[in-house]
Amino acid sequence: MPNEDWPLYEVFIRSKAGLSHRHAGSVHAADAEMAIDHARDVFTRRSEGVSIWVVRSSDLVASDPADSAELFEPAADKIYRHPTFYDIPDGVENL
Amino acid sequence: MSAPADNVVTELDSRDALEQYVLRLGDNALVLGQRLAEAMTHGPELEEELATANFALDYIGQARMYYGYAAELDGAGRDEDYFAFHRDSGEFRNFLLVEQPNGHFGDLVARQFLFESFYLLQLEALADVSDERLAAIAARAVKEIRYHLRHVSQWIVRLGDGTDESRRRIAASLAELWRFTGEPFAGDAVDTAVQRDFGGPDLERLREAWRRNVATVLNEATLEVPEDGWMDGGGRDGRHTEHFGYLLAEMQFLQRAYPDARW
Repeated sequence: MPNEDWPLYEVFIRSKAGLSHRHAGSVHAADAEMAIDHARDVFTRRSEGVSIWVVRSSDLVASDPADSAELFEPAADKIYRHPTFYDIPDGVENL
Repeated sequence: MSAPADNVVTELDSRDALEQYVLRLGDNALVLGQRLAEAMTHGPELEEELATANFALDYIGQARMYYGYAAELDGAGRDEDYFAFHRDSGEFRNFLLVEQPNGHFGDLVARQFLFESFYLLQLEALADVSDERLAAIAARAVKEIRYHLRHVSQWIVRLGDGTDESRRRIAASLAELWRFTGEPFAGDAVDTAVQRDFGGPDLERLREAWRRNVATVLNEATLEVPEDGWMDGGGRDGRHTEHFGYLLAEMQFLQRAYPDARW
């Protein structure tokens, strides 16, 4: 079966309970069940996960790189949106 | 062709029977693991190939556990490498089904499906035997095989209920291998002793459950259950099909040419 017959699925893995699913990569598969199996065999063989999501790559809607100027750059000059004016107490690693 | 003695004696010492039984489990696992390893670089897709490689590794891992335990029961100072690499064809007790060549992908899937439909039931029963070591190995292996069977059952359905070509080929693969599906249920003195002394599987009940489970998947795949005809057998007496010698020659070459070579 040539590759083009099998659609691409994006794989998201939850590495442990309480964490969110993160994008791990993609697999080819004929259907969703097979995509879960393939994702399991490709991305979790060294105990990397406790839960898998797969979604057809063609079903993802992505932002257009050509639009990045209007989408993302305006945020850069609004420094008051960044929490940089707080003093972080000693001993606190993450705030 | 050397017919081993365990098939003719009617009463077996519990420990001997257990050792024979564990060795048979090891032989099934090693031979199927070797066959699946041969399929590397021949998979239809990279991802499916990884799945097959995982299955091969699962089986070789299981074979090591069975052989390690058989060596302990044996008590003659042998090890797992002895069982894998220093025995001849007549001493291997695997089912004929698992030594059948890979053929095309449908053949591999059909062999895997027919064997694992049996092996999963066998392991589920073995997880409850009174021998703690065997029960522990079975409890570990059962999780791996449950996943394998799920995966290959999906393939049976996809191929059977797929295109005209895939349907024709998977039906032919199943029909071709069907004659090897009697052997797992044809018990002998070893099976009887393990059932009697350790609460091992009741092969009649396993056969009913196997038929039911196989029929359920084939039904979903819109395939007919092949007709029972003449059943081949003899693997457990060390009588193998012509393919087995080639498998052993490749698997054992290094240890035969350079005895006790190590990495």
